[in-house]
Amino acid sequence: MNNHPDYLKECREQEWRVELRKSMKAKERTALERVKMPEHEPEVRSRDHREVNIGLSEEQAVVEAKRCLDCADPTCISGCPVGINIPAFIKNIERGAFLESARVLKETNTLPAVCGRVCPQEVQCEEACFYARKLHLLPVAIGNLERFAADYERNSGKISIPETEKSNGIKVAIIGSGPAGLAAAADMARLGYSVTVFEALHELGGVLKYGIPEFRLPNEIVDVEIDNLKKMGVSFHTNFVVGKTADLDDLRKEGYRAFFIGSGAGLPRFMNIPGENYIGIFSSNEYLTRVNLMNAAKEEYDTPVLFGRKVAVIGGGNTAMDSVRTARRLGAEKAMIIYRRTEEEMPARKEEIKHAREEGIEFHMLSNPVEYFADQNGRVNRMRIQKMKLGEPDSSGRRRPIPIEGSEYDTEVDLVVVSVGVSPNPLIPSSVKELEVTRWGTLVVDKESMQTNIPELFAGGDIVRGGATVILAMGDGRKAAAGMHKTITDNVLNKK
Amino acid sequence: MNKIVSRKNLSEHVVKIDIEAPLIAKKRKAGHFVIVRIGEKGERIPLTISSADPERGIITLIVQKVGVTSHKLSALKEGDFITDVVGPLGKATHIEKVGTVLCAGGGVGIAPLLPIVEEMHKAGNRIITVLAARSRELIILEDEMRAHSDEVIIMTDDGSYGKKGLVTNGMEEVIRKEKIDMAITIGPAIMMKYCALLTKKYNIPTVASLNTIMVDGTGMCGACRVSINGETKFVCVDGPEFDAHAVNFDEMLLRLGGYREEERIAYESYLKTL
Ligand SMILES: Cc1cc2nc3c(=O)[nH]c(=O)nc-3n(C[C@H](O)[C@H](O)[C@H](O)COP(=O)(O)OP(=O)(O)OC[C@H]3O[C@@H](n4cnc5c(N)ncnc54)[C@H](O)[C@@H]3O)c2cc1C
Ligand SMILES: Cc1cc2nc3c(=O)[nH]c(=O)nc-3n(C[C@H](O)[C@H](O)[C@H](O)COP(=O)(O)OP(=O)(O)OC[C@H]3O[C@@H](n4cnc5c(N)ncnc54)[C@H](O)[C@@H]3O)c2cc1C
Ligand code: SF4
Ligand code: SF4
Ligand code: FES
Repeated sequence: MNNHPDYLKECREQEWRVELRKSMKAKERTALERVKMPEHEPEVRSRDHREVNIGLSEEQAVVEAKRCLDCADPTCISGCPVGINIPAFIKNIERGAFLESARVLKETNTLPAVCGRVCPQEVQCEEACFYARKLHLLPVAIGNLERFAADYERNSGKISIPETEKSNGIKVAIIGSGPAGLAAAADMARLGYSVTVFEALHELGGVLKYGIPEFRLPNEIVDVEIDNLKKMGVSFHTNFVVGKTADLDDLRKEGYRAFFIGSGAGLPRFMNIPGENYIGIFSSNEYLTRVNLMNAAKEEYDTPVLFGRKVAVIGGGNTAMDSVRTARRLGAEKAMIIYRRTEEEMPARKEEIKHAREEGIEFHMLSNPVEYFADQNGRVNRMRIQKMKLGEPDSSGRRRPIPIEGSEYDTEVDLVVVSVGVSPNPLIPSSVKELEVTRWGTLVVDKESMQTNIPELFAGGDIVRGGATVILAMGDGRKAAAGMHKTITDNVLNKK
Repeated sequence: MNKIVSRKNLSEHVVKIDIEAPLIAKKRKAGHFVIVRIGEKGERIPLTISSADPERGIITLIVQKVGVTSHKLSALKEGDFITDVVGPLGKATHIEKVGTVLCAGGGVGIAPLLPIVEEMHKAGNRIITVLAARSRELIILEDEMRAHSDEVIIMTDDGSYGKKGLVTNGMEEVIRKEKIDMAITIGPAIMMKYCALLTKKYNIPTVASLNTIMVDGTGMCGACRVSINGETKFVCVDGPEFDAHAVNFDEMLLRLGGYREEERIAYESYLKTL
C-alpha cells in the first residue's frame, strides 16, 4: 500500500500543497466548526427508505477540508486500516480538485463511496486525527469528505477506470462478491489476471447488498462499483455456490491457478432460549435479506415479510441498528433495542445510534431476553426480559454482563429480530477437508500474504476475522491479491 | 438464466419440468435440491431435483401448484427461461444397503422420494413403496416408482384408487407382515409426523425429508430452522433429511404457516392478473 513515509512526504512537499498550507493560519483553521452532515428530518425519513445523510455540498466540503491542518505527521493515516493518504485527498478538496481527490482515494481504497458511508470513523481515522487526540475538538470529518469526493466523481460521469496491465492469461477465482472479494478482484484485474468472481446469491455485493439497508448505503453505489470491475474485465458468475455447484478441484481442472475465499460470516447465531422458533422471530440476516435483497416490503415483489407493531431487536451492533430502523420504516409503532450491556459497550457506529434515537427507537440497556411466548397460531406475542448488571471485563475488554436473579419482566412484542452475531460460513471449510480452521470456524491465514495452509488458497474478510468491517475486509482482499500475485510469479519464475 | 427444454403435466396440479443446468446436473445426487426464482420480482423457492441427465446437462423438477411461485413456474413453456436456478443444495441422501426399506410418499412428496427409491434400490435394498394422496389424480410417478420398487401400495383418502385409507394404514399393514429395517417418509409435514409416530411404535429407524420455508438455501438466514432433539438446525445445510423421530413436527407445522395470510392475499391478486 502506497503510504510509505517518503511517498507521503513527497506528496506533502508538492508546491500547491505548500502554498495551500500557507494560505491560512492554523489558528484560523482550528477556529472553524466541523461542518454538520445535512440529513433528512427524522419524522420524514423514518417513513421511507431514502438515504438519511444527504451529503456535503461543494462549499461545505471545501470548508470542512480547510479544517485539516495537513499535519507533518498525519496520525489519521495510522487509524485507517488501508492507510489512505488522508491529507492528500482532503487538500485536493480544499483546492477544488475533486476528481484528483477521488483518484488519491482510489490509490488505496477500491470503494471510497462505500467506506465514506459505513466505516466506523470514530474508532478509526477520525479517532486518530490531531483534532481529537491533541486539541480535544471534533475531528476532521474524514468520512464525510471521502464520501463527498467519491460521490462527486460518480456523479460527474467521469469515473476513472483503473488501468489494467496487459492480460497474462492466468485464471484466478474469487469466491464471494462482498467487499473482500471485490477488492481482491480489482487488484488482480489491474495486475492483468483473468478474474472470475463466483457468488452464491442472485445479486452481487455480499452484505453491502443483502445486509446494509438502502437508507445507509444505496444499492446504486455498489452497482456502479461492480460495473467498473466489469469494465476492467472481471467476469461475474451469480447463482454459483463454490463447494456445491462446483468444488475447488473442478475449478482447478478448469484452469484456475489461485483462489481467494471471501465467503463472509453468513451463519446467524441464535440464543437457544425457549420459544425462539416461534413465528415472527427472525435472525437479522433473514429479516434484512427479505427486505433488502428480496424487496419483501414492496407489494409488487413476491417474497413476504411480517410487519410488526411492537418490535424488539436483540443486540447492539450495526446489524441490530439496521434491523430496528428497518422495522421502524416498515411501520413499527414501538421499536426497541434490547441489549445486555450499556450504550458505552455497543459496537454499532455512533452515528447509527444517534440516528436511531432521533427516529424514536427505544433503547433498553442491561436487558436480555430469556423466553418468548406465542398465540395459538404460533406467532410471538410476548417476551420475558431479565435485567443485567456489569461485572469484570471479559476477554474482549468489555465488562461482562451478569444476570440479576428475580428481575424478569414481560413485555408485549409481535416481531423479534435476533441480532447477536454471526459465525463464519461453513460451506467452503466443509467442502475442502484439508483447510486449516480455528475452533470458531474461521480460516487460518498468514497475516501478511493472507495465504491459507493450502498454497494456492487465500482468504480474507469475515471468513477470517469472524465478523469485522467493510474496510478491514477490503484491506484483506488487497493483501491477498498481492500475496497471490507473488506466489504465482514465484512459481512461474521457479519453473523457468 | 436456465432454459426449459420440456414440460409435461403429470396431473391437474403437478408438472414435470426439464431445465438446462449442466453444472448442477453433473454434481447432483439423490436428496439434493435447487432454489429457483421466477422473474426479477420473484421469490426464491426450494425444489428437489427429481432426476438429472449429466450427459445432456438437464435436471428435472416436479412441481405442485400451491401458491404464486409454483404457479408462475408451472405456467412457463418450453423454450422459456427461469431467471435463477442455484444448486445442488442440501446434503445428499445417505445410500446404504440395510435390508428392507419402507418408503412412504404423500402428495407431491412422491417426487422427491423417487430419486431416493431409485438409489436405495440400486444399492441392493428390498423396497416397499407406499404412495398416498387425497384422490386418484394426485398419485404421480406410479410407473417410475414401480420400476424401482419390489412392491407398491397405493392409498387414497377417498378410495378412488388403490386402497382407501391413510398412508399410515398402508405402512402398518406392511410392518405387521414383514421385518422392516428402515423407513423413509416424504410428504406434507402432518403426514410425516404421523409416519414418524407409527414407526417409533415399532422401533424402525426413519428418515424424513423436511420441506420448510427457505430464502437463500445456503445457511445464511435461518428461515428454514427446525428443532431436532431440541437443538436448532437449518434444513438447507444440515438437511433436508433428518431422523424423523427427533424432529419437532408440531413446531415445523406452525412455522410452515408463518405467511399463510400473506400467501393467500398474494395468490388471490395473482389470479386476478391471469
Ligand atoms: C446488517 C449489517 C450491517 C453492517 N454495517 C457495517 C457498517 O456500518 N460498517 C462496517 O464497516 N461494516 C458493517 N458490517 C460488517 C461488514 O458488512 C462485513 O464485515 C463485510 O461485509 C465483510 O465482507 P466479506 O467480503 O468478508 O463478506 P460478505 O460481505 O459477507 O460477502 C460474502 C459473500 O460471499 C458469498 N458466498 C458465501 N459462500 C459462498 C460460496 N461457497 N460460493 C460463492 N459465494 C459465496 C455470500 O453470498 C456473500 O455474498 C455490517 C454487517 C451487517 C450484516
Ligand atoms: C428441500 C425442499 C424440497 C422441496 N421439493 C419440492 C418439490 O420437489 N416439488 C414441490 O412441488 N415442492 C417442493 N417443496 C415445497 C416448495 O418449496 C413449496 O411448495 C413452495 O415454496 C411453495 O411456493 P409458492 O409461492 O407456490 O406457494 P406459497 O404461496 O409460498 O404457499 C402456498 C401454500 O403452501 C404452503 N407452503 C409454503 N411453503 C411450503 C413448503 N415448503 N412446504 C409445504 N407447504 C408449503 C403455504 O403454507 C401455503 O399454504 C420443497 C421444499 C423444500 C424445503
Ligand atoms: S477508509 Fe474508513 S478508516 Fe480509512 S479514511 Fe476512509 S473512512 Fe477513514
Ligand atoms: S490528523 Fe487530522 S488534521 Fe492532521 S492531517 Fe490528518 S485529518 Fe488533517
Ligand atoms: S434457507 Fe436460509 S438458512 Fe436455510
